[in-house]
Amino acid sequence: MSTDAVGLGKSRAVVFALPALVLIGVFLVFPALWTIYLGLTDYRLTGLAAADPQVVGAANYTAALGDERFRSSFWLTAQYVLGSAVIGQAGLGFTLAWTLRGRRGAVRRVVEGLVLLSWILPGSVVAFLWIALLDRDGGTLNALLGTPGAAWLLDHPMLSIIVFNTWRGTAFSMMLYSAALENVPVSHLETARLAGASTLQQLRDVVLPQIRVHVLTNVLLTSLWTFNDFTPFLITAGGPEGRSEILPFYVYNTALRGGQLGFGAAVSFLILLINLVFALAYLRLLRNRREVAV
Amino acid sequence: MISVHGLTKVFPGGVRALDSLDLEIGEGEFFALLGPSGCGKTTLLRTIAGLETPTSGSVVIGGTDVTALPPGRRDVAMVFQDYALFPHMDVTDNIAYPLRIRKVPRARRRARAAEVADRLSLTELLGRRPGQLSGGQQQRVALARAIACHPRAFLFDEPLSNLDARLRLEARTFLKRLQDELGVTTVFVTHDQGEALALAHRIAVMDAGRVAQVGTPAEVFHRPATTFVASFIGSTPMNLLPGRMGDGALHVAGAVLPVPGDPPGGEAGRGAGDGGDGGEIVYGVRPEYTDLSTTRRDDGFAGEVAVLENLGTATLVTLEGPGHLVQAVVPEGREPALGTTAWAVPRPGRALLYRDDVLVGRA
Repeated sequence: MSTDAVGLGKSRAVVFALPALVLIGVFLVFPALWTIYLGLTDYRLTGLAAADPQVVGAANYTAALGDERFRSSFWLTAQYVLGSAVIGQAGLGFTLAWTLRGRRGAVRRVVEGLVLLSWILPGSVVAFLWIALLDRDGGTLNALLGTPGAAWLLDHPMLSIIVFNTWRGTAFSMMLYSAALENVPVSHLETARLAGASTLQQLRDVVLPQIRVHVLTNVLLTSLWTFNDFTPFLITAGGPEGRSEILPFYVYNTALRGGQLGFGAAVSFLILLINLVFALAYLRLLRNRREVAV
Repeated sequence: MISVHGLTKVFPGGVRALDSLDLEIGEGEFFALLGPSGCGKTTLLRTIAGLETPTSGSVVIGGTDVTALPPGRRDVAMVFQDYALFPHMDVTDNIAYPLRIRKVPRARRRARAAEVADRLSLTELLGRRPGQLSGGQQQRVALARAIACHPRAFLFDEPLSNLDARLRLEARTFLKRLQDELGVTTVFVTHDQGEALALAHRIAVMDAGRVAQVGTPAEVFHRPATTFVASFIGSTPMNLLPGRMGDGALHVAGAVLPVPGDPPGGEAGRGAGDGGDGGEIVYGVRPEYTDLSTTRRDDGFAGEVAVLENLGTATLVTLEGPGHLVQAVVPEGREPALGTTAWAVPRPGRALLYRDDVLVGRA
């Protein structure tokens, strides 16, 4: 009867899996479906629509796509992901891993320690540290640069949160690339050097093709994490005047602060779709790679 | 062609891999760097390639001092132990890679790759990736990549060690013929004395960062300059027995042997002629040059037959005497019985005498 390795049989196996499935259903699947439903209503936090929400169809979606603030938020998010996840975390992480490769001793340990430290600190603590760093009046950065009164968070809100997120998440990429680079045989790099290849040519011809899968995984993960990251809200809250209002902030500001729960749910679903596009594109690239490898 | 002068390499941590080493390798020579692991042979090869920077000393290739040049400008090609083929490129692209770096147009480098591949019987495999090739094929692709860019010298790091025993013999013959046809100066590193003897025109036997002896395979085999070389070269280790010179004869492990009559270099002769009492020497003779007698011989080393090892067409016999082991090779069908007493008799003129680990004569 039972064909599984443990000999449970299908019915008993289902019983074992059931508690977990119920939890996933209640806390993940149901809220997700509920969000999709809410996105089709005019549900609000307060007022008449809170007591008796009406189904309004795709009105929320057309409203969101037509909203100047949503579109500006989308572009800010694109900048944020490109700047802090792709160029920042993945790019800097790779650069650090490449530079420290083969190095032992104090320099490597210090850099790794510093990078890891920024990763393991709780988000709220880090946010407070960055506010203290960038503050206009008593900020550490102004003291260091000798530029009293420079309002970094007001004048360069996007740059501030991009640098912040880069600083915060580089450790993961650095560690991933360090591990990946260990798998590139030294003899391959030396063969390229003997052929006269420059460092850039070595990266292009030897290193990157061999760590392609790692790069894809890393860029996908950092992009998704960054796309959905809410921590910088503690620093700029999307301001000033929405100039750093990336999509997660936009949802929060419209749905919870603005009380438009139905509209917020619709935007959340759009975010989910964008994430899905990332993931599918990644899977597709990965599959190409497999076909090539055979 | 390639010469190194006073080459010293000290690694961080104080390991002295090369110790003021001098070496001259001739144009077109097939040259082996031979030694046990840790003797510095690979470091020497990598320093010639430019992959290691010497602590002091210089490397000259083709009359040009290349000590300060990066590896890519030394015009040498190296074949690594693991072949270092790029897994994401097919055989054509792998072979043509050095040409691509030199900006040779695509059509020309593909033609060149095809030409070299044809020579190494790789034409069928040009479209494959390294993962689809056997070990022997991968090695030939690595060789093809080295050949394709017409370097001034080839450097091989343990070229045969990743092949199985049968393939290794084939590859050895192939490699020797190839080097002979190309006539390009080739330096290779090996820890296998048989490989070095079979392939090389000349061998440098290395020990602890220094060259213990440089010579042709015949010289190194027949006249090892030190006891280290003597024990390292040869498919069966040389018998090295402590002895004493006195009363006009050699006293070695219970045997009385004639003092060498015609000592090359004369030094041993002087020592022998002095009849120097207490002249401590080491007496070396290869098992292949030792005959076995089952009757008592004064000029033989007595011992009980302890081990018989079949070598195919011959048998290696180990005799256990008082405080020493002696080995002799006997032809098939002439093996003594285990446990019997036998005498190992060195053939005249085949034994070597060492004083303070240095060759002083022949007996």
